[in-house]
Amino acid sequence: MKRNLISLAVAAACAFAGSAQAQISDGIVKIGVLNDMSGLYSDITGQGSVVAARMAVEDYIRASKSTLKVEIVGADHQNKPDVGSNVARQWYDTEKVDMIADVPTSSVGLAIAKISADKGKLHVNSGSATADLSGKACNANTIHWAYDTWMLANGTGKAIVKSGGDTWFFLTADYAFGHALERDTEAVVLKNGGKVVGKVRTPFPTQDFSSFLLQAQASKAKIIGLANAGGDTTNSIKQAFEFGITKGGQNLAGLLVFLPDVHSLSLEKAQGLMLTETFYWDLNEQTRAFTKRFAAANGGKYPSMVHAGVYSSVIHYLKAVDAAKTDDGTKVAAKMKELPTDDALFGKGTVRADGRKIHPAYLFEVKKPSESKGPYDYYKLVSTIPANEAFRPLSESECPLVKK
Amino acid sequence: MEIFGIPSQALFGQLLIGLINGSFYALLSLGLAVIFGLLNIINFSHGAQYMLGAFVAYLSLNKLGINYWVSLILTPLLVGATGVLIEKTMLKRLYKLDHLYGLLLTFGLALIIQGVFRHEFGSSGMPYPSPEVFQGVFNLGFMFLPKYRAWVIVVSLVVCLSTWFVIERTKLGAYLRAATENPSLVQAFGINVPRMVTLTYGFGVALAALAGVMAAPIYQVSPLMGADIIIVVFAVVVVGGMGSIMGAIVTGFGLGLIEGLTKVFYPEASNTVIFVIMTIVLLLKPAGLFGTQK
Repeated sequence: MKRNLISLAVAAACAFAGSAQAQISDGIVKIGVLNDMSGLYSDITGQGSVVAARMAVEDYIRASKSTLKVEIVGADHQNKPDVGSNVARQWYDTEKVDMIADVPTSSVGLAIAKISADKGKLHVNSGSATADLSGKACNANTIHWAYDTWMLANGTGKAIVKSGGDTWFFLTADYAFGHALERDTEAVVLKNGGKVVGKVRTPFPTQDFSSFLLQAQASKAKIIGLANAGGDTTNSIKQAFEFGITKGGQNLAGLLVFLPDVHSLSLEKAQGLMLTETFYWDLNEQTRAFTKRFAAANGGKYPSMVHAGVYSSVIHYLKAVDAAKTDDGTKVAAKMKELPTDDALFGKGTVRADGRKIHPAYLFEVKKPSESKGPYDYYKLVSTIPANEAFRPLSESECPLVKK
Repeated sequence: MEIFGIPSQALFGQLLIGLINGSFYALLSLGLAVIFGLLNIINFSHGAQYMLGAFVAYLSLNKLGINYWVSLILTPLLVGATGVLIEKTMLKRLYKLDHLYGLLLTFGLALIIQGVFRHEFGSSGMPYPSPEVFQGVFNLGFMFLPKYRAWVIVVSLVVCLSTWFVIERTKLGAYLRAATENPSLVQAFGINVPRMVTLTYGFGVALAALAGVMAAPIYQVSPLMGADIIIVVFAVVVVGGMGSIMGAIVTGFGLGLIEGLTKVFYPEASNTVIFVIMTIVLLLKPAGLFGTQK
């Protein structure tokens, strides 16, 4: 009897220890930062996102006294869905990665979201723009963090139509992201009484936009909407100046412009651009403090909205892992939606049922060279779009997870 | 008046732009053709050397205050000198081996150069202002032509045609061509063949750097600019016929035009059209349009 009792106790102890171990697979929470480390989006995402993820882990563990062991790995998807998918499968299947963060380039982002759902893992996306990630392509294992095409269209697009820019010609990057941004902006233009007079799909990426710009010029549209990003955006803005398009009375609308893009264009060429972002380093004391640390670890380069998104999303992810006491993708995703979000960069917010993270967005105007105090002092705030208006309302969502 | 539903004026504009892009293709493929024709080296680092040209111009403007005009002369000399160094220390050892070794070496060099610059400067690229004289546009009636782009066409034509003239019509060119056919015989006539080969490689590299300086005010000065254009330029050289100088020039401008037209009629295909043409040409004339089968 006594022997039985002891063996029972030992068995129970083993079972307990076993179950405690099993909660966090292999004892380590492993986060994979997958993005463009070498191409045209590598300044917006790239190594900076790995830096941001590391900072998030440090800050979370210090603040919460959590005992989690966290490891960060990074890889280059070269903006190709097939390359990205291969890395994701390898990470999930053999390298015990629990969550994939960042993933710019919408075509790759959509592929990773699908793989994460198939394998019951978790993808928290900060880099991709397409609103389909929390729309018709949503799933229970994907959360979309920093920004999306619906938000951009309703920020920049709406502001421009309201200020009189009511005829549009689109220069659209020919892949999932460009198509989504064009679609969402066109909807906003039409809804606010504007008209779309033409569009051209440009190969991704493109060096020389002059031919497409001439087509835009011939259309006589008041606004040339740039549904592209990164190097494509800077090249098209630069060449529009060169061809005197803005002097002819037409204006450019950069529908997705990041801080590093403005930095590379110089204020002389970028001044006056309206743009929408959910993060800017000079918003408040906390964003400035973060930026100082980030720049020191990132070769002096300031953070983009995507870097900030990676930081904020990793903090919330770790909080959810601790709260759910597991790193199982599906369970943590549910926990992330249940818990309110709160961090230094985006403030308080929520993650909705469709996987959309909700926070305010800001409409900025790029400063004139005379207004800027130095490098990276580029934006002035035009208006703040409150969190409940910044993103697509649930009532319009095509996401099957949303109960109507 | 309309041609295929496109106003003819718009079409002229597009043709002109095609010609400008063609100028870059011609300048770059010219250097490649010279190097391949005379050294039998497939210079895969050509794109990186073009990027290097743009960066040297950018850095000398911002760090040393050297303006565009001086850069136009100085940069090709500097980058050409690095070419001489590469030839002397590395390429020289490969002449007796298969083409593949030269290709691998130069490809590796390209990756290293690009990697270093990306690490140092990031991928977004840096702005380079066009020189004062060329700011502004010509109003051609059917389009605004930026003055700087007109300058690009002129320089490219002058450089291409003079290179062709030197190699095909002068005594120096004759030595060069003879040296590729039979180096030991030419050496026996008292001509320093190894030095000539070194300088030829340096010259080809200098041409790439010149194209880089020319491109700096148009595109962002970015570590990726060479990788983006080099594949197209190789297609141009293959279509023109490996090693054919005139082939490289004519095909460069010609494919620029065709690409320009594709951007109007079917923009989605504009980055593939050159490769479609390359495939067709290779099927019909494996040595390229101007090449001769050896």
